[in-house]
Amino acid sequence: MSTLDSVRRAQETPDERQPYAELGMKDDEYQRVREILGRRPTSSELAIYSVMWSEHCSYKSSKVHLRQFGTKAPESEALLVGMGENAGVVDIGDGWAATFKIESHNHPSYVEPHQGAATGVGGIVRDIMSMGARPVAVMDSLRFGGADQPDTRRVLPGVVEGISHYGNCLGLPNIGGEVVFDPCYIGNPLVNALCVGLLRKDQIKLATAPGPGNKVVLFGARTGADGIGGASVLASATFEDESQAKRPAVQVGDPFMEKLLIECCLELYQADVVVGIQDLGAAGVSCATTELAAKGTGGMEVNLNLVPLRDPTLRPEEILMSESQERMMAVVTPDDIAAFMAICDKWDVPATVIGEVTDTGRLVMTWDGEVIVDIPPGTAADEGPVYERPFHEPAGQAALNADGPERLPRPEDLRETLLTLLGSPNLGSKEWVTSQYDRYVRGNTVLAQPADSGMLRISEAMPGAQETTRGIALATDGNGRYAKLDPYTGAQLALAEAYRNVAVTGAKPLAVTNCLNFGSPEDPEVMWQFSEAVRGLADACRTLGVPVTGGNVSFYNQTGSTAINPTPVVGVLGVIDDVAQRVRPGFTAPGLRVLLLGETREEFGGSEWAHVVHGHLGGLPPQADLEAERGLAAVLTEAAARGLLEGSHDLSDGGLAVALAESCLAQGVGCTVTLPGEDAFVELFSESAARALVCVRPEAFDALADLCARHEVPCSGLGLTGGSALTVEGVLDVPVEELREVHASALPRIFG
Amino acid sequence: MSAARVGVVTFPGTLDDQDAARAVRLAGAEAVPLWHADHDLKGVDAVFLPGGFSYGDYLRCGAISRFSPLMTELIPAAQAGLPVLGTCNGFQILCEAHLLPGALTRNEGLHYICRDQRIRVESTRTAWTADFADGQEIVLPIKHGEGRYVADAATLAALEGEGRVVFRYAGGNPNGSLNDIAGITNEAGNIVGLMPHPEHAVEDLTGAPSVDGRGFFTSILKRLVNA
Repeated sequence: MSTLDSVRRAQETPDERQPYAELGMKDDEYQRVREILGRRPTSSELAIYSVMWSEHCSYKSSKVHLRQFGTKAPESEALLVGMGENAGVVDIGDGWAATFKIESHNHPSYVEPHQGAATGVGGIVRDIMSMGARPVAVMDSLRFGGADQPDTRRVLPGVVEGISHYGNCLGLPNIGGEVVFDPCYIGNPLVNALCVGLLRKDQIKLATAPGPGNKVVLFGARTGADGIGGASVLASATFEDESQAKRPAVQVGDPFMEKLLIECCLELYQADVVVGIQDLGAAGVSCATTELAAKGTGGMEVNLNLVPLRDPTLRPEEILMSESQERMMAVVTPDDIAAFMAICDKWDVPATVIGEVTDTGRLVMTWDGEVIVDIPPGTAADEGPVYERPFHEPAGQAALNADGPERLPRPEDLRETLLTLLGSPNLGSKEWVTSQYDRYVRGNTVLAQPADSGMLRISEAMPGAQETTRGIALATDGNGRYAKLDPYTGAQLALAEAYRNVAVTGAKPLAVTNCLNFGSPEDPEVMWQFSEAVRGLADACRTLGVPVTGGNVSFYNQTGSTAINPTPVVGVLGVIDDVAQRVRPGFTAPGLRVLLLGETREEFGGSEWAHVVHGHLGGLPPQADLEAERGLAAVLTEAAARGLLEGSHDLSDGGLAVALAESCLAQGVGCTVTLPGEDAFVELFSESAARALVCVRPEAFDALADLCARHEVPCSGLGLTGGSALTVEGVLDVPVEELREVHASALPRIFG
Repeated sequence: MSAARVGVVTFPGTLDDQDAARAVRLAGAEAVPLWHADHDLKGVDAVFLPGGFSYGDYLRCGAISRFSPLMTELIPAAQAGLPVLGTCNGFQILCEAHLLPGALTRNEGLHYICRDQRIRVESTRTAWTADFADGQEIVLPIKHGEGRYVADAATLAALEGEGRVVFRYAGGNPNGSLNDIAGITNEAGNIVGLMPHPEHAVEDLTGAPSVDGRGFFTSILKRLVNA
């Protein structure tokens, strides 16, 4: 590419062959670009369209399904900004708003675990910043191959270190998330990073470039050769054998620059010198300029020679596609430019005016004085291809569902079963991972892992918030095995669990973000899983009254023709009116009554027991009884507000047995309980949803029972906390210390 | 009389300054922000150097910070007796600035560690620890990747002999520090550096499950009021 491919040259050489296929574009997509422009695109224009129309940026395969999150959205007074912006914004009361989003960085984290995961954190943090918010916490939802598979020992430590290094340097507490192992993720780990930010609700910023004459400023790190083609090559292509060749396409992060960007942006917002703002993530300058221009007055002129480079040999096409990290683009009035630059200077953040807003309806870019891009920006940003991909139920689905767990031999020794589960990688302590994250920084962490949800107080998190007593809670959940058995129900169960996890800490669930991790959309069976999961999630959001505010789709998580289990990961944000009323995890003192809320059925399809003990996956997942979830959450939030609960824990993987064990481990307080039903195995290990364990002072028991009756939530008194063992009368008896040893050693045994 | 004024230093990559200022305020003192690029200690009565990654710390933790404008003011003031507390990155900076001996190197296990750690108070003769009891065990969070205290044999012998080891890890050494050292002081006892984070252990609702960090701030306040 030594000759500059200008618009004039493109007109003069209409038949020049272009490498659109190598850039991931289909024949008809390329033809469509030619029709839009009335000529062949220049190589720079081709770069823009190829990245903007990639699956990663355009959602071309998922769009027709994702619309349901809008059309089925429940009425919500809390929703301030919905889908389609960098992140959704929710009203949390007292004039404050929260913005949150979860996003995948799966493929880069497989190729280069440390940098892939680190830049995943960096990217989602910039999304939150670009809404005008101060990022206040992060969470990570991680999935790896089998814990004992050799590649997991390469990928997991690198991913955890990447998150640890980047997140800790930013000074954002890491307050929760998940770590899940399953052989289906070998070669396709899932790294889903969530960030939450706070802002005054009247100070939301949007990605828009209005006002002809306003300046376009690129600020943050210089542009280098990293991640070139990352968006379309890395994020949208399946791994085969050429991973080694793709290594340079992973971006490299500089958390210190990101920390400077955060403080710099907050000061810019404070000074009110930003008209519109957009972070540079996938597709870099291409994405920022086209999206800002498309949402603003409609036109923009950019001189690409002005982009500050780390590598002076970069060609314009490479500048457009570079995914160098820690960059932002702002639209600033000419009057405010001096003040803008002074603030950037204070924080040592390089900032350069590279262009200007126009009213021409065209995005025009020049290089060495020649026009190399001249396009209607909306055609790249918003009018990408939309596919109605064919889908059908997988050939083996009926057989999978028919192969239920009923045929599996039941255990005779339930004590041993409990210890086996508690020491398994999925249920064992995650401290090996979470102790590498700073959960305390900024001093507002009320709850963090292993609590069911992370919780932050707001009053000291933001200047001027001293008066509010509120807090926010966040949880993420997902279960690929459930979704494999029934993607519609599996997605609902993921939502139900995150919703329940927020409620058990005393917060009221308000809104949803999601990260939908699937195989190739070109496989009709995967597409069926996807469409069912989206339909299930949209229906459940409506029933539970929590709107989807945004999220991310990650396709092509497969090796050869083998896709991962469909894995919708759902994040729920909740609000607690008085953060001092938060409910702490587990058994917090001796002498408390232990109650089980919710109904237990015999449900072992996709359970941890079937997985760990029998390596079995078949049948149907537990029922998703959303009305029951609603009732349970109502009980939990009201009971917390009335100060009735001394401790709580949700029931999920591993059922009541694991919930009891974890509750004992929380503070080292044992318990003696009697099972309410006849079948001890079902009572202890079934994974029925809509259940929680709580402990209350004896004098609060009646009030809680009344509350449960009012919301039609079944409530059984199990026994009392106290002692140094978990005792289930007539069934099992394990010293808490033994539980701790088994639980604590699960990951160190494998990862050192 | 007016409240004692405790300066809280912010480098561009400082992370725990907000927590440090809160801990100072909760103890009843005024927290005075000090900016790394200013040659100005603003007449404060004591200084808190909080944790973080000062200038990114890609070279060596605290190696660049010691040359900052603020540090060129702080170093002589500390040598002249100004009480200074450095936690985590603050401790690293104090060592790099030679206000305290020794160095903090990569944790023995090579991982960053965040956990609630038992600490034994070995000296109550410093400006920052008078409110504790000798031998008292407290719980404070640690969160660092480079907290392994090392020094040559002569320095270690001097620290031990002169009672300048202020804190030792109890119930297991998390990072491989020599002699389980978690914090030390200078000969005069006005400068204290430690890896644990007292500023994260001052409130019931948030942070670590202890409020043992309060002792640092009540200690310095009494000292300043009585001075």
